[in-house]
Amino acid sequence: MVEINQTKYIFEIKKFSVFYGDFMAVKEATINIESNKVTAMIGPSGCGKTTLLRALNRMNDLIVTCRPKGQALFHGIDINDKDTDVIELRRRVGMVFQKPNPFPSSIYENVAYGPKVRGIKKRSQLDDIVENALVRAAIWDEVKDKLNESGLSLSGGQMQRLCIARSLAQEPEVLLFDEPTSALDPISTAKIEELIVSLKKLITIVIVTHNMQQAARISDYTAFMYLGEMIEFGDTDKIFVRPKNKLTEDYITGRFG
Amino acid sequence: MIQGEGNKHAPFELVHKRKFNLKEGFFLSLIRTLGFTGAVILIIILLFVALNGVKALSWDFITKPPIESMTKGGILPVIVGTILLTIICMVVIIPIGVTTAIFLAEYSKPGFLLNSVNMSIYTLAGVPSVVFGLFGLSVFVITFNFGMSLLAGSFTLAVMILPYIISTSEEAIKAVPYSFREASLACGTTKWQTIWKVVLPTALPGILTGAILGTAKVAGETAPIMFTAAAFFTPGIPKSVFEPVMALPYHIYVLATAGTHIEQTRPIQYGTALTLIILVLGMNLIGIILRSKQRVKKAW
Repeated sequence: MVEINQTKYIFEIKKFSVFYGDFMAVKEATINIESNKVTAMIGPSGCGKTTLLRALNRMNDLIVTCRPKGQALFHGIDINDKDTDVIELRRRVGMVFQKPNPFPSSIYENVAYGPKVRGIKKRSQLDDIVENALVRAAIWDEVKDKLNESGLSLSGGQMQRLCIARSLAQEPEVLLFDEPTSALDPISTAKIEELIVSLKKLITIVIVTHNMQQAARISDYTAFMYLGEMIEFGDTDKIFVRPKNKLTEDYITGRFG
Repeated sequence: MIQGEGNKHAPFELVHKRKFNLKEGFFLSLIRTLGFTGAVILIIILLFVALNGVKALSWDFITKPPIESMTKGGILPVIVGTILLTIICMVVIIPIGVTTAIFLAEYSKPGFLLNSVNMSIYTLAGVPSVVFGLFGLSVFVITFNFGMSLLAGSFTLAVMILPYIISTSEEAIKAVPYSFREASLACGTTKWQTIWKVVLPTALPGILTGAILGTAKVAGETAPIMFTAAAFFTPGIPKSVFEPVMALPYHIYVLATAGTHIEQTRPIQYGTALTLIILVLGMNLIGIILRSKQRVKKAW
């Protein structure tokens, strides 16, 4: 990979490993995430891409046996340092999950959840935040007349965009997507993809996907992982057209995976 | 030849006349009968108490105190006593029980502490209620010097119901999907904020159901209040928590065993029993309604 100006990168991951007990799920991966770009991580099941993604906002902390090793910098700060404020890290690095997981409360409450917990009480201010987030998540027009209805009453694709709105309400700098469309139909998937591309003007996006076409369609950079190792990382166009590594080529041409 | 024969027979082998299978039929009817027996026993008990007790029930019966050595009059202080015992017990124990459940479900790590807490809960749940009565007598009545009182009785009942409240609350908390916790934490909230704002509200119907069913159990217990709270007779409703009270289950016991007018007070005994059953069934009904509402809400 070409060495470019350091400040371009929001995440700098270097020789970074993640262990589950004795099992090494991510093996000394090195990857730099550029601001306001979409970075996709692809690879067969169990290759460690989700584990690496969840390391970026320390969601792996929830797994007792899980421990990271090596360097993972966010704005130059080691995210795994004991002095790092993990709550603030997660506010700035949000996450959208594989299965849409709105809370069993109203659409409004779902989006207002984070700001409310952080102590914003003024109704008008919350209204603005909620509207703003829903607009940016491209779901405002569909839900503006039923903000008090349950978030669970929406369709799968709408729920996923609601979850994106909920994350956007924290004003994050990065959004991590963990296979966000694998539970959705093609039309909903297309809407989410469109949304992701439009969001990169505002934030940085890292997406894990099983769907190679999706990676090719929406990402600027692609990382291919296999058995915990970062096999290849570079411009999406180059990876898909002229992969350097034989494994990458085999995977993207569908010879295994 | 063989092949042809096989083909000829095949369509017919798929069609069977519905034959009575002796073994199948026997076990089916056995299961039906035994299953039905449980319901029949319950219905017989309820009918028996209801038919005998309904004659005693009247407005005066539930709003007037007993008179003439409890052979006449109502059971107002008895009803009030049971309600007060139950309410104080629940007010004391629900916060303790739910807090313990939060600890067990969310904070405890596998190890000695968790094992010993769990072991204590299982053991306590299996201890006969009369043992709790003796415990209450020695701790609350004598050591804390509450005397035979509403407070001592409520605390004793609270200790008795604690394991039940803990385990139902723990189940309700654990039933909250993991994805809700993940979603909340990914919004940049702390663990406690997640528990307080997402986990507990979602688990609340389950916790309430447990609490209400627990309340029903508490209302019907005799042994724990026998040595700690229940009075043979009080002229009216208690004026402080340090006074003994009358209670429905104990009142039935007293009238049926200890009076000089055992036969004469039969209607009152059945009336009291019916009142207790109505009270408990009512609470169970609320519990059931809450639980079904919770199921409807659980569309995730």
